[in-house]
Amino acid sequence: MSTEILLNEFKEISEHPYKVLSQYKQEGKKVIGVLPYFAPVELVVAAGMVPMGIWGSNKKTIALAKEYCATFYCTIAQLALEMLLDGTMDQLDGIITPTICDTLRPMSQNIRVAMSEKLPCIFLAHPQYRKPAFGLQFTVDQYTHVKKELEKISGTAITDEALREAIKVMNRSRAARRAFVKLASDHCDVITAVKRSAVLRAAWFMEPVVFAEKLEALNAELAQLPVADWKGKKIVTSGIICDNPKLLQIFDDNQIAIAADDVAQESRSFRVDASEEGDPMMALAQQFADQDYEILLYDEHSSQNRRGEFVANLVKKSGAQGLVLFMQQFCDPEEMEYPYLKKALDEAGVPHIKLGVDQQMRDFGQANTAIQAFAEVL
Amino acid sequence: MAKTVSPGVLALRKVVEDVYADARTAKAEGKLVGWSSSKFPCELAEAFDLNVMYPENQAAGIAANRDGEIMCKAAEDLGFDNDICGYARISLAYAAGKRASRKLDLETGEYVIDPTSGKPLKDENGNVVIDPETGKPKKDPKTMQPYTVIDDIHEIEALPEGREKELRKAAIKPYRQMQMPQPDFVLCCNNICNCMTKWYENIARMCNIPLIMIDIPYNNTVEVADTNVAYIRSQFDAAIKQLEELTGKKFDEKKFEHACANANRTAQNWLKVCDYLQYKPAPMSGFDLFNHMADVVTARGKTEAADAFELLEQDLEENIKNGTSTLPFPEQYRVMFEGIPCWPKLPNLFKPLKENGVNVTAVVYAPAFGFVYNNMDEMVRAYCKAPNSVCIEQGVDWREGICKANKVDGVLVHYNRSCKPWSGYMAEMQRRFTADLGIPCAGFDGDQADPRNFNEAQYMTRVQGLVEAMEANKTLKEGEDK
Repeated sequence: MSTEILLNEFKEISEHPYKVLSQYKQEGKKVIGVLPYFAPVELVVAAGMVPMGIWGSNKKTIALAKEYCATFYCTIAQLALEMLLDGTMDQLDGIITPTICDTLRPMSQNIRVAMSEKLPCIFLAHPQYRKPAFGLQFTVDQYTHVKKELEKISGTAITDEALREAIKVMNRSRAARRAFVKLASDHCDVITAVKRSAVLRAAWFMEPVVFAEKLEALNAELAQLPVADWKGKKIVTSGIICDNPKLLQIFDDNQIAIAADDVAQESRSFRVDASEEGDPMMALAQQFADQDYEILLYDEHSSQNRRGEFVANLVKKSGAQGLVLFMQQFCDPEEMEYPYLKKALDEAGVPHIKLGVDQQMRDFGQANTAIQAFAEVL
Repeated sequence: MAKTVSPGVLALRKVVEDVYADARTAKAEGKLVGWSSSKFPCELAEAFDLNVMYPENQAAGIAANRDGEIMCKAAEDLGFDNDICGYARISLAYAAGKRASRKLDLETGEYVIDPTSGKPLKDENGNVVIDPETGKPKKDPKTMQPYTVIDDIHEIEALPEGREKELRKAAIKPYRQMQMPQPDFVLCCNNICNCMTKWYENIARMCNIPLIMIDIPYNNTVEVADTNVAYIRSQFDAAIKQLEELTGKKFDEKKFEHACANANRTAQNWLKVCDYLQYKPAPMSGFDLFNHMADVVTARGKTEAADAFELLEQDLEENIKNGTSTLPFPEQYRVMFEGIPCWPKLPNLFKPLKENGVNVTAVVYAPAFGFVYNNMDEMVRAYCKAPNSVCIEQGVDWREGICKANKVDGVLVHYNRSCKPWSGYMAEMQRRFTADLGIPCAGFDGDQADPRNFNEAQYMTRVQGLVEAMEANKTLKEGEDK
């Protein structure tokens, strides 16, 4: 298949998750909604169901969710609730609600209450002590709860064998995405910022095996191409999410390519694989324990500036000239880490800009001006 | 509010004063001083005789002293977004060395007085003195204050010894919360919120000090599962080890048990005090409880706090006997105040309540801090029950329990811009209060520490609406009774 056809397929899926969901249902598949962050989708796959990421919406407006949320809440969470309330998600067979940030804590309750007659809600509280034996055990305990609830929905037991197989599938999908991110930088003349995002976003809506196969095919095509003779600028993106095609179009219009990212919905979600050996539940717990340099997670070495330095290094290693931080409005964890991210970037001589965004933004005039001005100083 | 201060209140004030004073002395003597989140298991630190300060209590105090805004802005200048919790911003600015200070004229060595500050001057008959030149009331010079500016202790420290250094040191505001010693270690428990985790990590980074963390995962059920208890128990053991390394001392079982006994006694006495709000009319203003919270937060593991609450109990018993109250107006309506008060705007919060005869007779802090336990596992379970770590059913149950017991007529809900986990399910809770208890609820927008997020006009309107709804309910009930 040609690069263009594959890219178009990813674009279609990325833009129309509702169609994809409807198609799965027509095929008789069960689909589980997965809210951010770090939910073990391997369990959903092992239960023979399709995991579908829910990261808000770039097209909807908050209306019904106002019945539950004050105005000062992250729009990703509010729009997720909106889609549960307005019927967009009616075809789901269940939803997993992690609670790693202060917005998701009460949101898990709002969703459970609002969906009490519609949808089973599977609660998930990750531990912040991830690495010690007691932390690993607690993750296993939590994942065991998720597993049992998923088994109720699927009607079948999740065997260790099925789970190991699911881990292999997800590792394959993650490896393909990591490879794609590198290839997208090398071939940024073909993989524009908008196209790059569509591919990575589609991963949240597609069956993992199908996605991995298609992305591997695209990666193979890209590897054949000569490395771009890029005359424009390269940057690293950072933030929770940055998947609005209109916003990303600004990069393309200004000859700015994305060399790598530190985005929760993108690379932060596929940096770490799970072991394909041993007890698969413990492998998933260990995978969570291995997550690092994360604004959402406790850092035992907090007196150092590990995350800030990691991101500054990422920019340098990727060959980018600067970093664009998309600060999701009302995102405390991201906001709390900003001063030390800035410090590390400044110390490493990496220029950056911080752009406030939310999912109800429709006019990107200000962002356009800021990005243009930033590109000029790079 | 109340003009005479009872022995119990005086004792409670002294307990907090002493906690701060002891920490200042300890720091001066080169001993370790820690900062702790309000619901960290203080019993662990008490077992090591550690001096511990509480940034949440400090931030509330700074906000009540009207320095919330300038400290929040100082944090914003450091790069912390103005969406972040006001307590966290104040605390982070303070940890970074920022201080609210009186503006100095370095030449004269005097403070520069803000001409807009102060109260009108009154003559011997109590009449306002008019300035003949301007035709406006004259200011009483004794009540006028210097401008507030931000200074930086690290900048001051870097100055050569001499007059400027001394003057700038002395210009830092003298109230206890602005004189809190810098930390040598931090104790963080995220049962209150997850913001706490990053807040304390930032302090640890700024000050390059160890962080002792207790992670309490959010709970979706009223019961605390054994798996959660096992996870947290292990963390207590790890925290004890860290404290042993930090202090070079062995964990003192006896001191620990003593602290537990004190914490239990403080909690029991705190609950008894809170229960006096069940009397109708109440022998106190419920707003008093917000002030007494400081003792539960900073000293619940100390004998003095438990004793002081006992004294307050006696005061309240006396009030009941005498038919008196610390409420400075007759009680016509009783409400639950949901959330943390807007500390910088306490008089503004109180004003329409006073005008309408509304007493706050229920606050969720009563059950939230009134936890009693008999052993280590129960202690773990107790620390799992913080206002923002429990499921909606537990949250509703706590609130409806005190609403019923304390006979409230309505609920006033503070949508606290600083507190996302708290405000995040209040809309659903409001619906439940009305459905289950048949009482009206009114919400208003505010902030626990940043006065810029409080809109007084909106608050007044919402209180008015609530009073009208309570009045209508009352009339209806009286009609039914006839």
